Amino acid sequence: MNIGARIVLAVVILAAIAAGVLYLLHPGMLPKSTEAAPANATTQVINKGEYLAQAGDCVACHTAPGGKEFAGNRPMPTPFGNLFVPNITPDEETGIGQWTADEFYRMMHTGVSRDGTLMYPAMPFASYTKVTREDSDAIYAYLMSVPPIRQKNRPHELRFPFNNRDLLLGWRALYFKEGEYVTDPKQSAQWNRGGYLVQGLGHCSMCHTAINALGGSSESKAFEGGMIPNQNWYAPSLTSNREAGLGDWNIKDISDLLQVGISQRGTVYGPMAEVVYNSLQYLSDQDAEAMAVYLKALPQRDSEPPPTSQARLVNPAVMELGRKVYAKQCAVCHGQEGKGQPPAYPPLAGNQSITMSSPVNSIRMVLNGGFPPGTRKNPRPHGMPPFSHILNDDEVAAVITYIRVAWENSGTPVTPAQANELRKLLPE
Amino acid sequence: MNGAISRHLPTWIQFVAALALSPSALAQDDAIPAFKQLDTMEARVQGCVTCHGQSGQGTNNGYFPRIAGKPASYLYNQLVAFRDGTRKYPPMNYLVAYLPDSYLREIAEHYARQRPPFAARDQANVDQATLTRGQSLVTGGDNQKGIPACVACHGNGLTGMNPGIPGLVGLRSNYIAAQLISWRVGNRHAGEPDCMKRVAMRLSDTDITAVAAWLARQEAPKDPSPESSNLVRMPWACGSQR
Repeated sequence: MNIGARIVLAVVILAAIAAGVLYLLHPGMLPKSTEAAPANATTQVINKGEYLAQAGDCVACHTAPGGKEFAGNRPMPTPFGNLFVPNITPDEETGIGQWTADEFYRMMHTGVSRDGTLMYPAMPFASYTKVTREDSDAIYAYLMSVPPIRQKNRPHELRFPFNNRDLLLGWRALYFKEGEYVTDPKQSAQWNRGGYLVQGLGHCSMCHTAINALGGSSESKAFEGGMIPNQNWYAPSLTSNREAGLGDWNIKDISDLLQVGISQRGTVYGPMAEVVYNSLQYLSDQDAEAMAVYLKALPQRDSEPPPTSQARLVNPAVMELGRKVYAKQCAVCHGQEGKGQPPAYPPLAGNQSITMSSPVNSIRMVLNGGFPPGTRKNPRPHGMPPFSHILNDDEVAAVITYIRVAWENSGTPVTPAQANELRKLLPE
Repeated sequence: MNGAISRHLPTWIQFVAALALSPSALAQDDAIPAFKQLDTMEARVQGCVTCHGQSGQGTNNGYFPRIAGKPASYLYNQLVAFRDGTRKYPPMNYLVAYLPDSYLREIAEHYARQRPPFAARDQANVDQATLTRGQSLVTGGDNQKGIPACVACHGNGLTGMNPGIPGLVGLRSNYIAAQLISWRVGNRHAGEPDCMKRVAMRLSDTDITAVAAWLARQEAPKDPSPESSNLVRMPWACGSQR
C-alpha cells in the first residue's frame, strides 16, 4: 500500500471509531420500566410538586408572555441564537404527556430528553441534577396535573455550528457534573436545606457564576458574579462582600430580599425581580431562611483587590454636578445622606450594589428606573422613575459617580461614555 | 400598509423615540420626584412622575401622555397590556413587568381620580384645510369611508366614557398620531372586538395628521370627568366597554 492509501485507510478507521463513540455517547430512549408508574399521585405530593416547581421557577421560561402556563414557545435569546422553550404541559402529542417519571428524572438529572436528545444547557440541568429523585417525582406529578395545552414546539434558531447537538458532548465533558446534592454532615440541617435549594432548583449559578464564551461556567468561579448574556444586567458576586456577598448582612435582611423583594439593606430589580416575582416569593419562611443561612456562609473571596485611591479620584466639577443632580432628583427618596427610607426606598450609602466595580446596574436604574416585584409580602412596591429623558450622559455619569464615592462609599467614578452605551439599549 | 406615514414608519418611530428620549437639562418642576408621606399612593407611584407628572397631567416633554382623569378601567387595561406585552412600549413594559393585578388596578384608580389643570394647548402652525378635515372627522366622522365620529364614543366633550374609553383632550398631536399608527401596524390592541383597529385601518395618513392636529388644539373641558357608560348607544361594538 502506498502512503496515500494508508492515510485514507487511517482516516476511514478513525472516522468509524469516532462515529461509533458518538453513537455510544448518545443515550437513546430509556427501556420500558417493568414497574407501572404511579398514576395516582396524592394531593400532598402534587402540592409539594407545585411548591418545588415554583422554587425551580419553571414557569418563567416555559410560559410565553401572555401565553398559557407551561405551554412553552417563549423565545430565549442566547449568544448562539434563539432557543424556543418547550411545552411542558401534559399534552400527549406536543407536551410531556407521554413521559414517565423515570424519563422525567433522567431529564432533570442528566439533561437528556425523553427521546435521548441532549438538551441545551439553557435548561439548567447542571443545577437540577442536584434534585432528589423524590422531589423530581413530585414535580413530575404536579406537571401531570396541570391542564394539557396543545401547542407544538417551535424549532430552535441556533447559528452554525451551535445547531449541531453533538457539540454538547464536549460542553458536557467540560462543564457538567452529574449528581444529587450531597449533604455536608459538618453543617446544620438548615444550611444543607439552603444549599440544596441554592445549588439545585434555585439554579442561582446560572446568572451569578460568570458564563464564558462557550456558555459554560467553571465551578472554581462559583457565585463570583458576571454579566448576564443578552440581558445586559450584572449579576453580582455572592462571594464578595464588595458585591452582593452577604457575609455582613443579617439573616432577616437576606431572606426578606429573596422572599419579599425589599429589605433594610437593598432591593431587587431587573432579572432578580423576575426571579422573586415568579419563584422566591412563594418560598416558605423556613426555606427562605435556609437559603439565607447558606448564602451568608458562602466562603468569601474577593476576586479582585479593592480600588486604589488613585482610581477613586474624582474631578471636583463632576462631583459638584453629581451633588446638584442628587439633591434635586434623588434626595427626596434616598435622603441627603444616602440612607434611603428602607425598605420602601433602598439606602445608597454602604450599599454594595452601588459601589461594586461594575456600574452597569446603577446606570440602568438611573436611566430606566424600576419597580421592585409586587410580592405576597409586599404587594404594593414603591417605584423609581426613569431619568433617561431628563438627564444627559454627563449628568447620569456625575450623579452615579457621586453616589459611588459620597458617604464613605468605596466605588470609582464612571464616565459619560459608559452611561451612553447603556442608553442605547432598550430597557428590559 | 400604504401611505406616506406607513412607508416612513421606521423614521416616524425614530422621530417619536427621539422626542421621548432626548435628554434635556431642563426638568419641569412637577416632573421631579416629591411626596409628603411614605405610606401613600402618592409616594408609591413616584416611578411614574418624571414622564407623567406628579398628578398624571403629563410633562412638557412632547410625547408622554396625560393620564389623569382617564377612566380607571381604561388605565388598568393599558397597565395589564404593558405588563403582558400586548401593548408594546419598552420603557413601560419594563417598569410594570412584575406588578400584580391588584396593584395595577390601584394605580389605575389613583390616576383616574386626579384632576390636575390642563397644559397649554398646542399652538403649532397647521394649515386650515388640515384643521377643517380634523374637526369634521372628530365631530362628524366620514360617511363615505364609514368612519364614525370620535365624539360618538369618546364623548361630546372628548373626555372619554366609562369604563374603557379614554379622553382625547389634553393629548399632544404626536402622541395621538403614534397611537393610531400603532393600531394600524398591530402594536396596540383593544379588547375584542377591537373597534379602534377598524377605525384606524380606515384613516389615511392625512386623516391621522388632521385628527391629531385638531384634537391637540382643543380647549380644556369645564368638567374633565369621563361620561358615564351607556348614556349613548355606540355606533360600533367595542370590547373595552364590556
